[in-house]
Amino acid sequence: MSATLNKGIGVLKEIIDAPIASFFSSCVHCGLCAEACLFYTETGDPKYTPIHKLEPLRRVYQQEYTLTGRLTKMLGLSKPVTDDELDAWQPLVYDSCTLCGRCSLVCPVGNDIVYMVRKLREGMAISGHAPDGLVEAAGRSVEIGSPMGVRLPAVKAQMKHVLEDTGIEIPLDVTGAEYMVLMSSMEIISFPEYLAAIARIMKQAKKSWTLCSDAFEATNSGIQIGVSDIARVLVQRIVDGAEKLKVKTVISPECGHAYTALRWEGPNLIGRPYTFDVLHILEVLDGFYDQGLLKISGFEEARLTFHDPCQLVRRGGVLEEPRKLLKLVANNYVEMSDPGKMNWCCGGGGGVSAIDEAENLRLVAFKTKKSQLEATGAKTLVTACANCRIVLEEGLEHYKMNVHVTGLTEMIADHLATAEINSREMP
Amino acid sequence: MNEVLFLTWVRGMGLNIAIGIFVLGTLLRLLEIYTLGRKPDLATPRHRAGASGLHTVFRRSLPPPGMFKKSPASYVAGYVFHIGLFIVVLLSAQHIKLIQSLTGVWWPNLPAQFIDAATVVTLAAMVLVLVERINKPVKRFLSTFEDYAAWMLTFLPVLTGYLATHHLLLPYTAMLALHIISVELLLVFLPFTKLMHVFTLWGSRWYNGDVNAKKGVAV
Repeated sequence: MSATLNKGIGVLKEIIDAPIASFFSSCVHCGLCAEACLFYTETGDPKYTPIHKLEPLRRVYQQEYTLTGRLTKMLGLSKPVTDDELDAWQPLVYDSCTLCGRCSLVCPVGNDIVYMVRKLREGMAISGHAPDGLVEAAGRSVEIGSPMGVRLPAVKAQMKHVLEDTGIEIPLDVTGAEYMVLMSSMEIISFPEYLAAIARIMKQAKKSWTLCSDAFEATNSGIQIGVSDIARVLVQRIVDGAEKLKVKTVISPECGHAYTALRWEGPNLIGRPYTFDVLHILEVLDGFYDQGLLKISGFEEARLTFHDPCQLVRRGGVLEEPRKLLKLVANNYVEMSDPGKMNWCCGGGGGVSAIDEAENLRLVAFKTKKSQLEATGAKTLVTACANCRIVLEEGLEHYKMNVHVTGLTEMIADHLATAEINSREMP
Repeated sequence: MNEVLFLTWVRGMGLNIAIGIFVLGTLLRLLEIYTLGRKPDLATPRHRAGASGLHTVFRRSLPPPGMFKKSPASYVAGYVFHIGLFIVVLLSAQHIKLIQSLTGVWWPNLPAQFIDAATVVTLAAMVLVLVERINKPVKRFLSTFEDYAAWMLTFLPVLTGYLATHHLLLPYTAMLALHIISVELLLVFLPFTKLMHVFTLWGSRWYNGDVNAKKGVAV
């Protein structure tokens, strides 16, 4: 057994807990989880059945933690997990799983399958069986500070653009601000509208906020690839920034994984609760509206629909806010099939969009979203995750569909009531 | 050994061994699983009505939105044979008498004709479940020897019970002995196969419901 494989198996042994043991003991091989997975429903290939993706983990559990498994192992009758097998499982554990978690909602015996895939990735990554695209992104996150290699000067350049466009100075490293705003690389590179939207919303709400030069990136490749050590470093960076600036609330951007990483996994990664709150931007906007701090005027006339980002809604618990906010600004809103927590993934979450080899499969999986979208007849697709947005845009482009994709925060910012805020001229 | 001696053995020593393995095996498996424990969740929970481990224990007995039409046969046959087994095992006069003789506890039984009908329906549903397992690509792909063995271990007691009651195929004594030994085999293997889900699915549902409830998602 190679040293890395040994380490990987060691990690798998460590992560197996009572829930995982209970889940494997309960599975009756009914295969219903396949019906919840868009990689199966779009390809019809049984190998994409979610529970099958966990086979190496199941065998480690069985051989290490059950009496019968230990006996068969002692007698040399069990099949050990090998490097070749883990290699063969890489496309199942990474390329064809977006950690969307839909399978966990349908299993009749109640197995939380995505919980186990996330854990299996820990052993896969340590034993050297994670896809190159994700390994590189995680490396850049640790060394440079962002998975896409974005550095502070790029953020500063964007701050300057926002100042030119809106006349609003973006606060940086302001100690004692109420909110610390994070962004995803995607928003810094591809969707500069986000920062401008935040600036205008905060100005209208008269709230103090800041960016942090040590912690502006919210995404967490450590979570996607499955290396808790990396995930911990990235979360710690944000915690240090927030505590140094003594902010009350850290705002997670329109990025699904950033939110689950920071809000739900973060405290467990660093081993203590935070001294500040973490809210998704949509939760903040919803709170502003309830307090009368978000004044809206005018409606979007186009027929539009909403794509629920898995990590924000099903895996994150931000369920009502997106629709509440959308209905403030849209009077021709149509619901997609399976809305809310039963949504279908865009096909590119969980790091899949960063895996080159997964591209063709991802576009096949996109057909689910395509047909859902066609059924609504919407010409505008609103979402609240920059990664979903990129993946949706690529899918729409590939299938030559004429649908405009936008972020909900931006759409809200476009409908702010105050004339002064909406003015794009220099003061 | 003639059939009367065989019947005596399966009713005496055989039953004791089977119940012993079943009870000890189940306890061992439950300890093996649940003493592994889990780490506390340090994230501040979000609360939402309807989201909890206990909610999921009950809610997951119904097909989640959109799932029934994806695999109607799985759901219908699944419900029918589980409910059928419950009726046949726990509400037939003979079984209640046996339980009463072992424990002193008893409850009213259903009429024999009703139990008969339930047995036939259960057998039919189980055959359908097997056909599905063989015909549906996903189920066939996932299936191992254990899946077919577990099916057989569950099917035989129901079948032999019916045959014994109606004095079919073999003399009553022989068929009754086969019925009892098929139940004993089921008891012996239950803790060590997927049949263990009888006990663990409640914990699995609870964990799933609990983990997601902390995020405010009712699953």
